[in-house]
Amino acid sequence: MSLLEVLYFLVPAAIFYAAPLIVTAIGGVFSERSGVVNIGLEGLMVMGAFIGILFNLSFVHIFGAGTPWMALLAAMIVASLFSLLHAVASITFRADHVVSGVAINLLAIALCLYLVKMIYGKGQTDFIQERFLRDDIPFLKDIPVLGPMFFQNVYATSVLAIVIAILAWVVLYFTPFGLRLRAVGEHPMAADTMGINVTRMRYIAVMISGGLAGIGGAIYSQSISLDFSHSTINGQGFMALAALIFGKWHPLGAMGAALFFGFAQALSIVGGSIPFIEDVPNVFLLILPYVLTILALAGFIGKAHAPKALGTSYIKGKR
Amino acid sequence: MSNRIVNILVPVISVILGLLVGAIVMLVSGYDPIAGYSALWNGIFGDVYTMGETIRQITPYILAGLAVAFAFRTGLFNIGVEGQLIVGWFAAAYVGVAFDLPKMIHLPLAILAAAAAGALWGFIPGLLKARFKVHEVIVTIMMNYVALHTTNALVRAISDGGDNTGPINPNASLRSDFLANMTDFSRLHYGIIIALVMVLVMYIILEKTTLGFELKAVGLNQHASEYAGMNVNKNIILAMVISGAFAGLGGAMEALGTFGFASVKGGFTGIGFDGIAVALLGANTPLGIIFGATLFGSLKYGATNMPNEAGIPEEIVSIVIAIIIFFVASGYVIRLLVQRFSKNKEAK
Repeated sequence: MSLLEVLYFLVPAAIFYAAPLIVTAIGGVFSERSGVVNIGLEGLMVMGAFIGILFNLSFVHIFGAGTPWMALLAAMIVASLFSLLHAVASITFRADHVVSGVAINLLAIALCLYLVKMIYGKGQTDFIQERFLRDDIPFLKDIPVLGPMFFQNVYATSVLAIVIAILAWVVLYFTPFGLRLRAVGEHPMAADTMGINVTRMRYIAVMISGGLAGIGGAIYSQSISLDFSHSTINGQGFMALAALIFGKWHPLGAMGAALFFGFAQALSIVGGSIPFIEDVPNVFLLILPYVLTILALAGFIGKAHAPKALGTSYIKGKR
Repeated sequence: MSNRIVNILVPVISVILGLLVGAIVMLVSGYDPIAGYSALWNGIFGDVYTMGETIRQITPYILAGLAVAFAFRTGLFNIGVEGQLIVGWFAAAYVGVAFDLPKMIHLPLAILAAAAAGALWGFIPGLLKARFKVHEVIVTIMMNYVALHTTNALVRAISDGGDNTGPINPNASLRSDFLANMTDFSRLHYGIIIALVMVLVMYIILEKTTLGFELKAVGLNQHASEYAGMNVNKNIILAMVISGAFAGLGGAMEALGTFGFASVKGGFTGIGFDGIAVALLGANTPLGIIFGATLFGSLKYGATNMPNEAGIPEEIVSIVIAIIIFFVASGYVIRLLVQRFSKNKEAK
């Protein structure tokens, strides 16, 4: 296999595996930029993955080929409502954000498995019939080298993920809303003094993170796993969290990190058929994203600065 | 109302609310909560066999709870108990399988190996926190996944591609004929004694030694401790190492007591994450952890009886546990309500 052939094979696979990570990590960026730690991304993804499959199986006879997209919408709505639990606990009830996030993760997986057993009477759902499909992008697919690498046989969800990342960047850095959201995460008291409603801003941010994580989960379940069981989402949420830190709390950075993690995942799955890579024990590729994140945090790959007020509850009138 | 009573009331109210929400979920989904909870009760206390199994289930929860609580006391949040437990599990099983020694040496060696592996897994986030100011929450989460994948690969490596290390040498086992006979041949093993001794060890370290005093001081106010001449960085690392050792011992309980082997895992055991809940419920005190672990161990084991006896998915108990964590974490609101309620009473 020539290098180019390997790349034609790997790059689309990397983007394919990265798409759910990108969307979820962007969600995390919104939440953490507003000052709310969101360890619950994993749980929110679980919820999205489950709702995606549930909706897909239940309504496929109505929506036909459009079902996966409708399911994406449903997953977004349900997961953002579910994230309200985290918002209420960590913003209004002043709970420790991390503990509340852990509870979200435990609750999501327990609730979804409970519902699966109740509805289907077994530990996992059936496989879906309508899934996201690959397609060529007109015109761009004919560009030499880049065409086959990026624009042939791509999933629409991969394009969606990248569009969401760019949109998030624009919203966070070039709109008044984004400025307010970041201000709340850096110095909530100053933001409050300037008339920004800190509580409302944080609620909105957490719900955006819930909605995006829900989309991420639904993309994963409808393009990669194609059913839902206890192991459908197994660490992708934490990997998204890692991508957001590795990307230094910046939407495009998070997208870059997620793409890289997607690359590592693709390597660990298809690596067996690529020369050179097949000699590397699989375990190194599996732990790569996590080890890299630890190294990034330790400052070996450039220092990252978390939002200043991250993880703190804002209490009016308290200095 | 005194602070002490409120401190006890918060977890109690949380548990009641959790069970209440569980009952509502069962009602809404068309199950009978009374049948569900009585199946749960029978699953915990039904006969001597289930009671033995319940105590067996409580054992690792005690150690996981101790691990989380010990870090908490130093102001650290160890979410890596799960990973530390997994590496401890593997290390104990490896020593149990690889050597052939007399019991007096083999069993302590296997237990120590587990503690050392867990301690190592706690040392890394501790060092990074002390040296580079890296937040331990993220590092420990990442370390969990590294532990999961690495031990899976190691199990495959020592079993030539299989997914099980094979049974440990009986000389490394915590199995007890005496305890098994007493409980109608349950898998109850001597681990519970180790767990209870460790509760005592944590109490002694925290309350009777200079180290414990320093650890608590660092947890309460890092800057004041530094000013008082304590080595904050050293204490952070030590706290994570000791915490990891407790977690590793939790893994040894599973390797040497309950299962007698290590196998490739598709996902986490959940014991480490439930340890967070155990520690929270026990208010991070050694005695409290015994109560917290008893509650969670019982709920988890009793839940397995719910599908058989009442036809209710056992995940309902996981839902209850998650809700309990939510309410304990939101202790501020419960405190507020309790105080308002007691003030109203006094006014009347």
